Amino acid sequence: MANQKQSVVSAVEFEKLLTRVHEIGRDVIAVNAADVDQKARFPTEGIAALKQLKLLSAYIPTEYDGMGLDLIQIAKLCEVLGHYCGSTAMIFAMHQIVVACVIRHAQGATWFHSYLREVSQQQRLIASATTEIGVGGDLRSSICAVETDGDHFRITKKAPVISYGVAADDIMVTCRRASDSPASDQVQIIVRKDKGPVTLEALSGWDTLGFRGTCSAGFILTAEGATEQIQPAPFADILQQTMHPHAHILWSSLWLGIASDAVNQARAFVRNEARKNPSMPPTSALRLADADAVLQGMRSNIYLAAIDYQKMMADNHPDAFSGFGFAIRINNLKVSSSNIVVDIVNRAMLICGIAGYRNDSKFSLGRHLRDAHGAAIMVNNDRIMNHNANMLLVHR
Amino acid sequence: MSVEKIREILIQHGRLSVPVDQITNDGDLYKAGLTSLATVGLMLALEDNFDIEFPDSLLSRKTFSSIEAILDAVTQLEK
Repeated sequence: MANQKQSVVSAVEFEKLLTRVHEIGRDVIAVNAADVDQKARFPTEGIAALKQLKLLSAYIPTEYDGMGLDLIQIAKLCEVLGHYCGSTAMIFAMHQIVVACVIRHAQGATWFHSYLREVSQQQRLIASATTEIGVGGDLRSSICAVETDGDHFRITKKAPVISYGVAADDIMVTCRRASDSPASDQVQIIVRKDKGPVTLEALSGWDTLGFRGTCSAGFILTAEGATEQIQPAPFADILQQTMHPHAHILWSSLWLGIASDAVNQARAFVRNEARKNPSMPPTSALRLADADAVLQGMRSNIYLAAIDYQKMMADNHPDAFSGFGFAIRINNLKVSSSNIVVDIVNRAMLICGIAGYRNDSKFSLGRHLRDAHGAAIMVNNDRIMNHNANMLLVHR
Repeated sequence: MSVEKIREILIQHGRLSVPVDQITNDGDLYKAGLTSLATVGLMLALEDNFDIEFPDSLLSRKTFSSIEAILDAVTQLEK
């Protein structure tokens, strides 16, 4: 299962699935979005609806009872969900990123094969605990180490954020391979609350401007389990080849959904205005045309990266990820999408005017704007650009 | 009633090259000079007058091909 092949779901079947997703988007996810945002609570209803459509196993190959969608289709799902609730879309995206790490890097590991089947059959939701207090946000170093005793392991990690850690069934944890390993010699472990014990001791809450429903609080995580739950591949490879590109492509896709919904709202507003004087388009129509052009650029950038990466995965060439070029490109995608989503929501706000600025109007863009600002913050753009600055010294 | 209203809106927003009273209900509006750009204003005026909203699925050339076709669309949306 090393290489993610083309989707086994035809374009026609996928369109049907998208129609269903739009239905639950309208009828379930959007209906609860304001309450999720206001109370900073987990989007229980929306995630339950996604499970009903078996979407938590959308990316899992059919041989493990999943739907067998490809990356481009998963990106499209993130975009569609982003239209209705940024937090629900983010949770969906983060779950798929962990799934990607397992399906692409657990070759030959029997435990992970049956685990994937369980994720499909039980629609298990997986969170991840990658950052750690004391490493300054650097995913590539860990302080905590897995302690093994025979076929049993124990891990304790102080995580400044574990998005939806409380609601998740399982959590993917990064840590050092052993207590005498250097900070960068890391592995990934899937810890399961049902095969525990897994405990989460709260360290901090999650009262933020946006993405409030992701409930990304901080915890001291302690977990035990069987050593076969430790992914055999080094985390360095998983991150470079899978987690990093999947994260930035799928996050960008859901930001695209937020931006696209803001433009849709602006369009509805302009149309209202235009009805008052059908022979003469309002000035805001010009702003809408500009915003739409920027949105198109954002979309093209994301899908081109997704298409190219999809092909790289299918080709499965061992050197495809070795140079800096691909990492730089994915970093550029993240930084540019995260900036553009704010720009587009701002444009929509200007078009809708006071109706967009109000919290109590049907054209309100408050949540869009607050969510959009999270994009540059989560994995801070400055950190990413510093990496690129470094790599570009030698890359050409 | 609706047909009269549609004719009135056509006079105001259709930018046709033929006087509207010379066009029969099943007459081809595109042959009478209706352009796709003019259908935008026409549609917005119809939305405003009949308090309806055209979904994307109805934004086709066929919807605005004749007064009858417009009436069909409006009646369908008013339900």
